Amino acid sequence: MERFAALLDTLVYTRSRNAKLAALAHYLRETPDPDRGYALAALSDGLDFAAVKSSTIRNLMRERVDPELWTLSRDYVGDSAETASLLWPESGDPASPPTVGEAVAALSAMTRANVMEDLPRLLDRLDAEGRYALLKLATGAMRIGISARLAKTAFAQAFDVALEDVEEHWHGQAPPYTALFDWAARGAPAPETGNLPLFRPFMLAHPLGEDEILDLATYAAEWKWDGIRVQVVRSPGESGLGETRLYSRSGDDISASFPEITEALDIDCVLDGELLVRGDAQGGRDGGAGSFNALQQRLGRKTVSKRLRAEAPAFVRLYDLLQREGEDLRARTWHARRAALETLLPRLDPQHFDLSTLIGVTNFADLARLRETARDAAIEGVMLKHRESPYVAGRKTGLWYKWKRDPLLIDCVLMYAQRGSGKRSSFYSDFTFGCWDGDPDAGAELLPVGKAYFGFTDEELKQLDRHVRTHTVQRFGPVRETDKSLVFEVAFDSVHASRRHKSGLAMRFPRISRIRADKPPHEADRLATLRALVQD
Amino acid sequence: MPRDFAWIHPEPWGIHVVPADCWIDPARPVACALVTHGHADHARGGHGETFATPETLAIMKLRYATSQGARPAPYHESVTLPGSVRATWIPAGHVLGSAQILLEHAGERVIVTGDFKRRADPTCPPFEVTPCDVLITEATFGLPVFRHPPVAHEIAKLTRALALQPERCVLVGAYALGKAQRLIAELRAAGHDQTIWLHGAMEAMCRLYENFGIDLGSLKLVSDAPSREALAGHIVLAPPSALNDRWSRRLPDPLTAMASGWMRVRQRARQRGVELPLIISDHADWDELTQTVVDVAPRETWITHGREDAMLRWCELNQRKARALAMLGYEEDEDG
Repeated sequence: MERFAALLDTLVYTRSRNAKLAALAHYLRETPDPDRGYALAALSDGLDFAAVKSSTIRNLMRERVDPELWTLSRDYVGDSAETASLLWPESGDPASPPTVGEAVAALSAMTRANVMEDLPRLLDRLDAEGRYALLKLATGAMRIGISARLAKTAFAQAFDVALEDVEEHWHGQAPPYTALFDWAARGAPAPETGNLPLFRPFMLAHPLGEDEILDLATYAAEWKWDGIRVQVVRSPGESGLGETRLYSRSGDDISASFPEITEALDIDCVLDGELLVRGDAQGGRDGGAGSFNALQQRLGRKTVSKRLRAEAPAFVRLYDLLQREGEDLRARTWHARRAALETLLPRLDPQHFDLSTLIGVTNFADLARLRETARDAAIEGVMLKHRESPYVAGRKTGLWYKWKRDPLLIDCVLMYAQRGSGKRSSFYSDFTFGCWDGDPDAGAELLPVGKAYFGFTDEELKQLDRHVRTHTVQRFGPVRETDKSLVFEVAFDSVHASRRHKSGLAMRFPRISRIRADKPPHEADRLATLRALVQD
Repeated sequence: MPRDFAWIHPEPWGIHVVPADCWIDPARPVACALVTHGHADHARGGHGETFATPETLAIMKLRYATSQGARPAPYHESVTLPGSVRATWIPAGHVLGSAQILLEHAGERVIVTGDFKRRADPTCPPFEVTPCDVLITEATFGLPVFRHPPVAHEIAKLTRALALQPERCVLVGAYALGKAQRLIAELRAAGHDQTIWLHGAMEAMCRLYENFGIDLGSLKLVSDAPSREALAGHIVLAPPSALNDRWSRRLPDPLTAMASGWMRVRQRARQRGVELPLIISDHADWDELTQTVVDVAPRETWITHGREDAMLRWCELNQRKARALAMLGYEEDEDG
């Protein structure tokens, strides 16, 4: 438990992603089973112990600490597990701390009837850091800024295996993932996945380089729809009656947010496509898809109301077919899979599944012209896929390319700046910028329209940092307000109506494309210009 | 009925010793000040007369460039003040020269602890328990979550981090008076004999400590380092305000550490961008604060500054008479 406690603290305090990865990978390599598996579970999928809840901690402390002192302490520390770890009386025996495995076994064995006696016995064997780690492990609320994806990446790094393979084999495994460690660390065969509806790692595309030209006899072109990439998986499942799951690009199970999709599939297969809602923003009436903004209101929900399902009905525009009735198609060529997908299509519910049509041009110049129209059609761009390419996880050079439409550009005025983190921690590198809400010479004001923290070179960052330090007019904690004398050219993918911002607008992927030191601030763009670019 | 101990009158800007017309640690200039220790929030300049230990007076001279009105009061040598008040400076174990002030008048004894701690500190004599009627105590870490670990444990954390990443330096934020010198002395005691590199703001106070006979080993200024690489694998000390400042850009990929009692709470460390929190404090922790009330066993406990709510509650639970004074201006953030 001491090593796990030290790992948690390192992850809490370390700012750099690479350093977090290195610390976690080191732990996974050096720690024996089953401790490392349970630690990994605690950091990714989470562990659940029926008898230990956050209220258990409060009840436990109520018996040991005056309630007023508990409340004062909890309010100051801001975290119940941490407060309890610090307040716990040091009367125990920290010389014989439990291992993570022992702790998990003990926590699993606890019941409501004995938790108030058994949990203290564990806590007595730990020091303050160990108690914090135990309580975090037990209540499953880590909140230390580690995503499941980061944990998997660290696992891949620890044993020098491909992240795609980790993702493929991870699903269906339960803590402490012994079969997964046997495979990665000891070269055992990959774990059997059985009949479960498991996630397969996505095949991804490289951006097409400037001036790069592809032969359309070798590459097929299709539209890049602006929704979220998903995988729909149906398999016999444990019951044999069929189970369907919807996975996002990161492998998160989002079935609950889109029940109409999982309900609609009744053939065992694995489909790759773009999740969209019905509408006419993308590709006009023929496109039949709403904007990304329209989809967004349906994302991240645990349950979905009937009203929302009716207002924004979801469907999947299919790109690829990975598996069909038990047969893995991933090693086949793209055109073989495409043919299989087209054959399967008539058997799918047309309300919830349609086909991403190919762009029927044979010459690259024609495709370039068509891509120019993508903006008007509210489509993200075009995709180019090698006709002979198998479906391989990750981004492999030469197989798939994305060719996004050109970004939009607008001139904005720097308003606020905040220090960055990690190696940028001493630099002002997070910038909030605004546009004029009318004619600046007639007294119009600047309203913030976005925030960007990349797009500039290291040299430009120094220049921006110097500008912020010498042009500060006010400070609000870590934020500096500048004198609004510097103009940026901001590049962004699209802009949408938003009630979250005073300007009523929200940009997607804004980045600083140029510093326009030559441009006087009153010549920066107005809100009306930005508003005209909204395509909701 | 006049209040008990009416000759001691706390105001938000200092404790007034009425018969002598002196003020303890006043936040504004007065004719006569009795100063517990040299931290700027307790030892302000501009007083007519200043009674303090010779070490504290030397610290004040360094800061204010004058020793006008300085009245040395060595430990245990009582000073007779007007109005039949006797004052005695007794070690408080906080920083070099720090003292509790024992005030005696009309058969009553009042102690003002100033800032104090109960643990060993190689740079100053330890706190002495002295019986009194009223104990006027600080409560900077007056919450039961604050229990400082043994200092050797934290020093080991620091030297381990240094050894793990020899291509980086460890930049430790430490208050320039007291914390910095104690940290150096503790490192020396743990066998760390390499040069320790200092931010310019640290130098004068370290020299002052050395003049009082405290050996700090080899110290050099970061500005005198021959190259950035020369600092790799070394400890660099800077005031907390310099940690995320432009100044730190000259260091080789610094690992940011901070030595403070506040580092006990993870979010406090994270908010300051600290990657290696060192829980080393020159203030009493909860156990020391409450133990001091038990050891001194005063008739009343008055609390000057800090988290007084929890201390008051503890006194209530333990049937000890207590009151909070709500003193202003003692900023505890940096020197914790």
